[in-house]
Amino acid sequence: MTGSRIGPTMTTTTSRQPLLQLEGITKRFGATLALNNVHFDLRAGEVHALMGENGAGKSTLMKILAGNVTRDSGRILMDGNEIDIRSPQEAVSHGIAIIHQELNTVPAMTVAENLALGREPSTRFGALDRRAMISQAREKLARVGARIDPRSELGQLSIGMQQMVEIARAVSENAKILVLDEPTAALSRSETLHLFKIINELRDAGVGLVYISHRMEEVWELGDRVTVFRDGTYVGTREKTEISPPDVVRMMVGRNLEDLYHHDRHSPGEVMLDVKDLTDGAGIGPVSFQVRAGEVVALSGLIGAGRTETARMIFGADRPRGGTVTVQGKAALASSPAQAIARGIAMVPEDRKDQALFVSHTVEDNIAVSSLGGHVNAGVLQRTRIRNAVKKQMERLHLRQNALRLPVSALSGGNQQKAVLARWLMRESDVLILDEPTRGVDIGAKSEIYEVINDLARAGKAILVISSDLPEAIGISDRLLVMRSGQIVHELNSRTASEEDVMSHATGTAAQTNGEFHD
Amino acid sequence: MTNQALNPQDADLRPEAVAMPARGFDFAYWWDRVGILVVLIALVALMVVIAPNFASVNNLLNIARSISINAILAAGMTFVILAAGIDLSVGSILAVAGVASVMTGIAGLPAPVAILVGVLTGALAGLINGLLSSYLALAAFIVTLGTMTFLRGLAYTMTDGQPIVSNTLNFRDIGNGYIAGIPVPVVIMVIVYVAAWFVLERTRYGRHVYAVGGNAEAARLAGINVKRVLTSVYVIAGVCAGLAGVIFSARVVSAQPTAGGGYELDAIAAVVLGGTSLVGGRGRIYGTLIGSIILGVLSTGLILMNVQFFTQLLIKGLVIILAVAIDSLKQRTLRLPWSKAIAAQKAA
Repeated sequence: MTGSRIGPTMTTTTSRQPLLQLEGITKRFGATLALNNVHFDLRAGEVHALMGENGAGKSTLMKILAGNVTRDSGRILMDGNEIDIRSPQEAVSHGIAIIHQELNTVPAMTVAENLALGREPSTRFGALDRRAMISQAREKLARVGARIDPRSELGQLSIGMQQMVEIARAVSENAKILVLDEPTAALSRSETLHLFKIINELRDAGVGLVYISHRMEEVWELGDRVTVFRDGTYVGTREKTEISPPDVVRMMVGRNLEDLYHHDRHSPGEVMLDVKDLTDGAGIGPVSFQVRAGEVVALSGLIGAGRTETARMIFGADRPRGGTVTVQGKAALASSPAQAIARGIAMVPEDRKDQALFVSHTVEDNIAVSSLGGHVNAGVLQRTRIRNAVKKQMERLHLRQNALRLPVSALSGGNQQKAVLARWLMRESDVLILDEPTRGVDIGAKSEIYEVINDLARAGKAILVISSDLPEAIGISDRLLVMRSGQIVHELNSRTASEEDVMSHATGTAAQTNGEFHD
Repeated sequence: MTNQALNPQDADLRPEAVAMPARGFDFAYWWDRVGILVVLIALVALMVVIAPNFASVNNLLNIARSISINAILAAGMTFVILAAGIDLSVGSILAVAGVASVMTGIAGLPAPVAILVGVLTGALAGLINGLLSSYLALAAFIVTLGTMTFLRGLAYTMTDGQPIVSNTLNFRDIGNGYIAGIPVPVVIMVIVYVAAWFVLERTRYGRHVYAVGGNAEAARLAGINVKRVLTSVYVIAGVCAGLAGVIFSARVVSAQPTAGGGYELDAIAAVVLGGTSLVGGRGRIYGTLIGSIILGVLSTGLILMNVQFFTQLLIKGLVIILAVAIDSLKQRTLRLPWSKAIAAQKAA
């Protein structure tokens, strides 16, 4: 058979037989159509990026491939033969390996033990053959070029290294198809580069790779083809050479995003937040800056430059060693978040799941938790008032009212982030610190979050944003403070700043400016 | 479906990203809420049929009185477990508080003072547990294992290892009296549960207990004084244990240094049986009450059926394991789509 059976639905056809074809896959969960007659194909020796907003159906499709979910209808073909994947074991036997966002390894065991899991070598006497296990592990790690001691405990390694171990395991199982689901989400830059190198090697070795990511730059660097899903439907597949990133974004959201960062610049008012010589005594600071009422200031810099540490000290989450913080001229250096909140400072932390959410609690409880004190009468919670206040914030953030009593874990990443934001909107703090407010959030929710930031600035709040997404940091802020090695090294006006400006200061490659800040 | 044309106007036609909850009866949802009550009703029905005299008013009041001590301990334990802690020392607190109240009574102080001394002794012991486990960040399991042993030793020391019997104990009615035909311990138990329900569901503090148990770091960053909440739940458990100690010694009209041995495990069993998660942050106080009743009905029923004591232990052990299994199953189903509504939301 030559050509692809799903050729007519694609803009490109190939004479080569695809390694994997998914045809007309449909999956329904209760009343929701998670996948509606979608297509996807994968050739040997290509990186095929799968893109779409949260809720587009990417994860469901991958779960079907992994054997965790069975499709309602549609066909799966491997090398042209129809197959069925009813369990994870069957997926493995077909040569399909998935590297999930959450790693599937045993942190308390050694690297070698993890790599041998389920197929431990034994000696003639039936005992575990540790020596063979370790030498096999060395071999497997060498195949992916990972320099990791097989005897080290997995949990002690960085996330990037743990991921390498998982890839090594997949490769050692002779996976023909490797699915990577947001693999760089927790990786440092150098780990990411190493991962890319291995992906390219696997591609050259004829493995078919499915790459799921929100990060357009990565997709553009790695991908050969791009398939886009939207709301459970197949939008299209394109060769990378045919299109540009804005085209893909348009495919993903079904509309133009020119005014994603639309932001009315208003003249800022009085100084709201004043930070002076704040330091943790361990490499961060002294840091001094001000944020005015109605102003959005972005803290930029590379990961590890001290942005989050600075924010956490202002919020009282970590104890500073020196310096002062004032809010509207009043001393506000807090020794606990509770104190900071009482003084009008709020913070949306970096890690939504571990630091902000009560995942098993309802959306209502998650939003109301910081404002209960304002709705108490003679010690009794005024539940109707609380509910109405919560509903008001949910409406403002376009969160559906019927989510009120659901566990917050049932929401998408974007809606979870909106719930965290709603918590602080309800509290009406004067100073809002947002640490990576749009990380892992789909584009629709992103634009809504930008809108809220804009509204808050218009209402005279002072906003400090930390974002590693440079276009975003520039687009939504009035001023940028660039941090490097725990210091603020430069200040830029967002209207005129370019990504290159920010990066050159963040990495220290810019010409020295005598340490003077200028607008 | 063929390749969709890219049409910027499509934006308005986008279906909502969040799905409608599934219609119809949602078994998982209701089982989570009333399943334990169904178990209790089934158990009672079974007992009425097979155990002689089970359904008599006298027997039911006896059961109520016999469970009251464990139920009060379990009420306090619910606070601790909701906050993701554990308290192994409540049985020993019960003994020390009982001894302290009896000694106060024998010393000639009025009954209310004796009762208060018992309760405050419990509160103090709980405060020590709380301060050690929250401010010194020691593992609660180990801290309360230590105080469990220490307080048991203290109870022996105070009594010289012998029960102190006082037939004229001035607060004996707390254990043996009746109010409107209902045993006093049962009345106290009901008051404790109403108060616990009110605090957990209707006060800011109660919601903070859930938040701390659900995610301590998120609670801290949401502005909750986590250490204070953690300390306070042990104080509440201590107060409940102190109260239980007063009732116990009033009931047996003496101070017993061996009182309450192993009660901590019964209390934990009642809490878990009632559906409160050992991981913290999830559970309901009325579940604990029903859990206590199930354990009480079970042991009374077995006695009425003349089941041997050894066999009773076997059955009780199995029930506790079953309870933990249910808890773990719930944890797992939390991650899986445990209800249709959530499955539908997740899929979107």
